[in-house]
Amino acid sequence: MLPETYINEVEKRLRRTGRPREMVIDVMLEVQQFYGWFSDEALEQTAGLLQMHPLELEELATFYNYIYRQPVGKYVIHVCDSVICQMTAGYESFVEHMQEKLGIQMGQTTHDGLFSLLPVCCLGYCDLAPALMINQTVYGELTAEKFDQIIEDLRREK
Amino acid sequence: MHPRVLLQNRKPGRIATMDEYRQSGGYQALEKAFVKNDPSPGDIREILLEARLLGRGGAGFPIGKKMATVPEDAPHPRYLVCNADEMEPGTFKDRVLIHADPHQLIEGIVLAARAIEAEIAVIFIRREYENAARILEREIQIARDAGFAGKNILGSGRDCELVVHRSAGRYICGEGTALINALEGKRANPRRPPPYPTTRGLWQLPTEVQNVETLCCVPHVLNNGAQWFQSLALTDSGAGTKVFSVSGKVNNPGCFELPMGVRLSELIEEHAGGMIPGSRFKACMPGGASTRLMPESMYHVRLDYGDMKEKGYRLGTGAVMVFDHKTCLVQVAVNLMTFFARESCGWCTPCREGLPYILDLLNRIEAGQGRAEYIEIIRKMCGHMKYSFCAFAPGAAAPVQGLIENFHEEVTAHIENQRCPFQDGQAGGDNAGSHH
Repeated sequence: MLPETYINEVEKRLRRTGRPREMVIDVMLEVQQFYGWFSDEALEQTAGLLQMHPLELEELATFYNYIYRQPVGKYVIHVCDSVICQMTAGYESFVEHMQEKLGIQMGQTTHDGLFSLLPVCCLGYCDLAPALMINQTVYGELTAEKFDQIIEDLRREK
Repeated sequence: MHPRVLLQNRKPGRIATMDEYRQSGGYQALEKAFVKNDPSPGDIREILLEARLLGRGGAGFPIGKKMATVPEDAPHPRYLVCNADEMEPGTFKDRVLIHADPHQLIEGIVLAARAIEAEIAVIFIRREYENAARILEREIQIARDAGFAGKNILGSGRDCELVVHRSAGRYICGEGTALINALEGKRANPRRPPPYPTTRGLWQLPTEVQNVETLCCVPHVLNNGAQWFQSLALTDSGAGTKVFSVSGKVNNPGCFELPMGVRLSELIEEHAGGMIPGSRFKACMPGGASTRLMPESMYHVRLDYGDMKEKGYRLGTGAVMVFDHKTCLVQVAVNLMTFFARESCGWCTPCREGLPYILDLLNRIEAGQGRAEYIEIIRKMCGHMKYSFCAFAPGAAAPVQGLIENFHEEVTAHIENQRCPFQDGQAGGDNAGSHH
C-alpha cells in the first residue's frame, strides 16, 4: 500500500492542477519508485488516484522505456546498444563481461534482487561511448575494470 | 578561429551562472521586449524570419514561419514547448547547451513565448538528462527571482511560467505532435495535422514546439540583428552557427559550434581531431540516425540545410556519426533499423510492419544468407515508408536507402560471398532482447 502521506500529497497536487492527466507520468514514476516496479497493485492504485481506467495506464506503462511492468533490481543497468556504442572496440566482449560479472543475461535480474541488465537506445552520450545508465546516473567511457568498480561500489551501498 | 555564440560561456565542469550570462549580454533582449515592448511580439517574429533561423531539431523549418501560423486572435493560454527530448542517436548538443549556459535557453524560451504571446512554457526533457532537468529547475527559480520569468516579468504585467516535464522515455515523443499527446498523459502516438499544433495543440490550445538549440539562438538574433545572424554562416543561403555533435571513429568526439556551412572535412580534421590512427573516413551520418548515409565523395560538403538538400542529403540535428573503412555499413544499418523497429510506436501499419521486415532482410544479408533480390525488395519497402502516418518511418528508411544507393558494392559483397567481409575483428551481435 502507498503511504497515506503520499496519497494526500498527490491529491493536493491534483486539486491544484486543473488537468489531472498532465500528472500521469510523474505519478506513475513516483509510485514505481515506491514499489520498485510498476506492479498490478501499483497500476490499480495509480488508476484510483488519478481516476483513470487501469487499461489507460496499462497503455502508457507498456509504452515507456522507464516504466517496468516486471520486477527489476534495485539498480537497473540500462546498456546503450545504439550504433556509436555498439561499434566501439570491444563492445561485444564488454557486454559479455557485464553478463558474467553479474551472472545474468540481458533482460534478467540477479538473485539478490540488486541488479537488472536491460538494453536501451542511445543515451545521448556518444562522445563518451560506450555508455550505460544505472537508475538515473550515466557512466561513460566504460571498461571492464570501470564496470566492476561501479558494481562493487553499489554492492557496498546496497 | 570561428566566432562562438551559443557556447561562448561554456566552461569545463560547470554551468555559466546567471551573472556570467548577463555579463555576456544575456537578458538584454528580454528586458527590451518586456519593458519597452521593442521589439514587439510581431517584430520578434519578423526578425526571426528575416534572420532565416531554421529549426535545429532536425526538420530545419523556419521558426519565424512557424510562429506566423499562430493566428492573431487565437485563444489563451498559449503554450511554448521546448523540445529537449534529444533521442536522435548520435545527438547530444542539447545536453551540452543546457549544461553550458542554462540561462541562454531560459531567455530564449521566454522570448519565443513572448513572440506568440504564450503564458506557459513547458520544457519536455528525456529522462536520461536528469542532471540537465535539475539544473533547469534550479536556474528557472533564479531567473524567476530576478524577474526574468514567472509572473509579471520585469513589472511588465506579462507572465511566462516555465515548467520542466520529464519523459518516461520513448523516441517518438520527440516528434512534435506525439510530444503533445505525451504531455496530455496519453500514449504518445503522433497526431496528423491539420489542425497544426500552432492552432490547436496542447489541450487544443495554440502550441509552438521548438528545439533547445533553436531557442538558444533567439536572444542572440534579437540582440545583434538578422543581418548579423545571417553573416555568421559561410554559405549565402545559410544563417547562424550550428552545434555539431561528432562521434564515432574520430580522435576527439564532442560538441563543436561552427558556422553554418562549414565543410565536413574541416569539422572532422580540425575540430574532432581527425580519424583515429589506422582509420580512413568511409562514410558518415550527417544529422542523426534518420538521415541518409553519406559517402566519401561528400567529404568536403558544406554542412548547411540548403546546400545539403540540393545534393539529396539532410543536415538533421547536425549529429555527425563517423564510420571508417573497417566499419561494416550493413551492420550499421542493422543496428539503426533495430533501433527504429523497437522505438516505432506501432500506430500505423507501414512503420510497425515494414521496419521489422526491412530489418529481417538486412539481418539475413549481414549473416551471409542474403540473396540478390533482397536489395530490390528493401528498396521498394523503404519507398513504401512514405505512406506512414508521421515522419518517423521515412526517417528510419533514410540510412538504408543511403546504404543501398551509395554502398551497393558493399552490400553485394555480403551477398556474393555469403558472409560479412568485415567479420574478423568487428564487434557485432545482437545482445538486445526487448524488455517490454
